[in-house]
Amino acid sequence: MQNALEVKNASKRFGKVVTADNISFSVPTNSALGIVGPNGAGKSTLLSLITGVLPLDSGSISFEGRDVTTMSPGARSQAGVARTFQIPRPFIDMSVFENVYVGAAFGADKHGKRGYQSAVQALEVTGLIHLADEPARKLRLLDLKRLELARALATDPKLILLDEIAGGLTERELPELIVLIHNLVAQGMTVIWIEHIVHALLEVVDQLMCLAAGEILAYGVPREVMANPAVIEVYLGSTFDLGNAS
Amino acid sequence: MRLLEIDNLDVFYGDFQAIYSLDLHIAEGETLAVIGSNGAGKTTLMKAIAGLAPSSGGQIRYRELNIETVKPFKRVEMGIALTPEGRKIFRSLTVEENLKVGAHTKRKGPWNLSSVYAAFPLVSERRDRLGINLSGGEQQAAAIGRALMSNPDLLLLDEVSLGLAPVVVEQIYAALPQITGNGTTVLLVEQDVNQALKVADRVQCLLEGRTALEGRPQDLNRELIASAYFGLA
Repeated sequence: MQNALEVKNASKRFGKVVTADNISFSVPTNSALGIVGPNGAGKSTLLSLITGVLPLDSGSISFEGRDVTTMSPGARSQAGVARTFQIPRPFIDMSVFENVYVGAAFGADKHGKRGYQSAVQALEVTGLIHLADEPARKLRLLDLKRLELARALATDPKLILLDEIAGGLTERELPELIVLIHNLVAQGMTVIWIEHIVHALLEVVDQLMCLAAGEILAYGVPREVMANPAVIEVYLGSTFDLGNAS
Repeated sequence: MRLLEIDNLDVFYGDFQAIYSLDLHIAEGETLAVIGSNGAGKTTLMKAIAGLAPSSGGQIRYRELNIETVKPFKRVEMGIALTPEGRKIFRSLTVEENLKVGAHTKRKGPWNLSSVYAAFPLVSERRDRLGINLSGGEQQAAAIGRALMSNPDLLLLDEVSLGLAPVVVEQIYAALPQITGNGTTVLLVEQDVNQALKVADRVQCLLEGRTALEGRPQDLNRELIASAYFGLA
């Protein structure tokens, strides 16, 4: 199977803080990779390295077999890489529809009627169509998260990077999101999903990666990764040992 | 006797529900640790008890009085003190001035400048230093000292060890027996589960705003805690 994404020896540091320490991994086309890890592990930064918003200090990134290491974020978007942000960042003075249309026009180069159709489709898929004419500044948090996803989908991505989109969803909404992400994969998309709601992640992803302090702590079959003692230790504390506790 | 009883608590931020029908109780003199991953609702719970996050449903009873609508500063007068996440030390005040702010309720009890200094050598050494010039660990110790200055019956400690060096964490926890020894009930949020298990009489693990597991440390094991923490059945 061809890889949608190949990250080789990627490193990134901010002063003394290492957010990616010689990371290598690949994501097969049309699969879903989940990423977990404690605060400050480098998860969101990794997405910024993949989209090109942050340059690598060293290493390389290939998308669909093509080296994109020095490619601009805009060019990567047009090539089919899209992301959502943990903290929604809409154009607040534009309508919901216009926000999504920007994705279609600039990400997928679909202007006019084709762009409209793409935007409407993304709004329908994400359940936002009834808010299409509202200014983005009026949206509630959950709808802002949906708008993040709609904007990304309107760019016709082949690889979509999701940054904590399940947080705050209700019991009814979470299964809907899981179905939606399943459908994206079924339609041929490749998904990388950072999420701290682990049980939601495990319903979707084929592979799971645990990052800690910029390093890959574990990678592989999701349930095996979550059962890995090193993974449990980074979450539950440095010297997790009930012998000490009682 | 139960000092705090929470039944069916719901807390929202706008349309985002952070706490779902949560029950929690803590007996007088008990130390309860709340654990859970990011977004579990731990800090929101602390804020709801302190009065900083309004509840939308359910009851919070303190000494058998419903306090859901009681203002935060009134709750301090009633004996509930919070050491908030991020410590919120007054940066332009010295450590000693920060402590004195904590004493504004003039509640009677064992805690005053000298007993706080005795319990926290870290704070004593820095008493004349401005808040802005404190390290994270010094801030945390000073913030706990400031809360103690109100002589609380219920001390809420949010994210005690987050971001602190292990040696500093050890110094801060060294003061806990003195606090509980004075009869103070402690509700603490701790991301280091091992630390929580060491100091707590009971542990309550939250997952997405609900209780996933609750029990005494000696009745819990690694597998139970890991599956509750991650929401794995």
